[in-house]
Amino acid sequence: MVRIDGKGNGTALVRVRNLDKKYVRGTEEIHVLQGLNLDVDAGDFVAFMGPSGSGKTTLLNLLGGLDLPTSGSITVAGDEITKLSAGSLTSWRARHVGFIFQLYNLIPVLTAFQNVELPLLLTKLSKAERRKHVETALAVVGLTDRMGHFPRQLSGGQEQRVAIARAFVADPTFLLCDEPTGDLDRKNADEIMEIIDRLVREHGKTVLMVSHDPRAAERARFVLHLDKGVLMEAAKAGAGT
Amino acid sequence: MKSFRLVWANLRRKKVRTTLAIGSFAVALFLFGLLAAVRMGFRGGADAAGANRLAVINRVSLILPLPLSYRDRLLKVPGVAAVTYASWFGGVYQDERNFFPQFAVDKDTWFDVYADNVVSPEGRDAFMKDRQACLVGRALAKRFGFKVGDRLPLRGTIWTGNWEFNVVGVYDGNRPEADTSGMFFRADYLEERRAYGKGTVGYYVVKVGNPDDAVQVTKAIDALFENSPFETRTQTEKSFAASFAKQMGNVELLIMTIGSVVFFTLLLVTGNTMAIAVRERSGELAVLKTVGFSDRRVLGLILAEAVLIAGQGGFIGLALAKLVIPRLSRALPMLGVLYVSPLTFAAGFVLAIAVGAAAGLLPAIGAMRLRVVDALRRI
Ligand SMILES: Nc1ncnc2c1ncn2[C@@H]1O[C@H](COP(=O)(O)OP(=O)(O)O)[C@@H](O)[C@H]1O
Ligand SMILES: [Mg+2]
Repeated sequence: MVRIDGKGNGTALVRVRNLDKKYVRGTEEIHVLQGLNLDVDAGDFVAFMGPSGSGKTTLLNLLGGLDLPTSGSITVAGDEITKLSAGSLTSWRARHVGFIFQLYNLIPVLTAFQNVELPLLLTKLSKAERRKHVETALAVVGLTDRMGHFPRQLSGGQEQRVAIARAFVADPTFLLCDEPTGDLDRKNADEIMEIIDRLVREHGKTVLMVSHDPRAAERARFVLHLDKGVLMEAAKAGAGT
Repeated sequence: MKSFRLVWANLRRKKVRTTLAIGSFAVALFLFGLLAAVRMGFRGGADAAGANRLAVINRVSLILPLPLSYRDRLLKVPGVAAVTYASWFGGVYQDERNFFPQFAVDKDTWFDVYADNVVSPEGRDAFMKDRQACLVGRALAKRFGFKVGDRLPLRGTIWTGNWEFNVVGVYDGNRPEADTSGMFFRADYLEERRAYGKGTVGYYVVKVGNPDDAVQVTKAIDALFENSPFETRTQTEKSFAASFAKQMGNVELLIMTIGSVVFFTLLLVTGNTMAIAVRERSGELAVLKTVGFSDRRVLGLILAEAVLIAGQGGFIGLALAKLVIPRLSRALPMLGVLYVSPLTFAAGFVLAIAVGAAAGLLPAIGAMRLRVVDALRRI
């Protein structure tokens, strides 16, 4: 279940209360998020839509512990992350969050394998265990035969698949995707959405995704609109319910 | 370090830039090796000097002589174990540019005091028997191709005329950096042939039985000859050699200045290289942080990269110096024996690493402080 009225009963995986975010640019103050509430249960797939500049990336960054709100709280799996220090936030991120960006953001000097391995370098896993995890993740995204390739040797769709593998290889609590298909053509976008969909359906992952693309958002079980700093329910069209 | 591969991969990303950065370290550390070798060459005398040897010179000036008669009086000073003497000859071999030091020494006592000049028993025998004998240092022999049996002609400058010597042996030092660029011949031959200065010597070298007595013996000797026409100044051979080196000008200061300037430049150049690298990669650094790399780990990545550049460059430069400088030294013998000691190597390497770390520090702190959200927005 997903709620936006701030009345969730406390069993939600992600709980956002009265989230406020202001940016100050010179003398100008931009009030991006204005008392936003959200409850997301484990295993949900939520899409956030909204015009450019509406604060979608800002919301995702806050949920992923990359930034701190002006006020309000975010609780994930019992941890109130808005109270954590910068240092503990980083290690929290390593354990709980998998990020997928519009521009893939792979490290160009590392191979597909090494890119996927990055989050595992922060764990206590042995080399052999890391290898096993990376190979499994790359198999899920269908890139077993490209493990030794560098990002520049891959197509955009393939790069994004590597990025997805990197995001879930360490088995995070949830995946955050910021316009994962924004830079891809229709065919590749569909493939990416298929993979994300499978992660939710077959692997029980929780996914929060920002997207412009109605075709992509359509895959989500819930679609929310970000408008004037708060979330609004959208008329649910199609699959999942 | 599991992230080592990432550091290594980053180094290889801009090969030209990395090569240039490593090259600057190599050049700087080569220069360091050379300067250290030259400095050691100048101080070589001082460092090789025995703690139990005292030099007795004319109080007025090193170049003024002392009477030969002092020899027996010196021997009677309590604490003195042996006395020998030498005179600077200053002859020219073929051409002024072929400069090397020549000393007339007392054949009977020289080796009692200078056990560190190693000569074969035959060479020593011949030196005792032949009035015109001379011993050449290993480096000198190599320089001019002198062999036992050769005639060595010198044109006198202090005592004019043509002097001929028979090479009867080659002496070695008992340490690799020992100076073997000179030549010894017999003082009795000089005494017999010279037109003036008869009955004098250039300076005495006194060996004390116990190095702890050195200070006391020094005072006793200078007191003994006080108010005589030839007052003495006695000092440990170390300070004697050092004052000898000082006449070459303040080489040390020059070397330190050059060295500091080079390393400061290196610091700036490397710092700049690393700063550019961090700026270019801010997006990637942000991704690493997003994934969960701590600020400290990111700092470590950048520092490791700088240190790796410094370490590689430093090693190459020092290795090159170790290889090339002894050859160079043979071509420029007036500088004495130049070589890169293990200590110089180690000190240079540590210095390179330190400069690398210092240069990487500011960019690394920048990388550490980089805010993920800002950097990601800039991509
Ligand atoms: N670091 C910042 N400083 C100032 N303004 C910012 C900053 N980050 C975002 N903004 C502003 O906040 C608003 C929301 O940005 P963003 O969350 O990126 O929107 P979206 O992802 O929906 O396009 C925009 O007007 C943007 O210019
Ligand atoms: Mg955005």
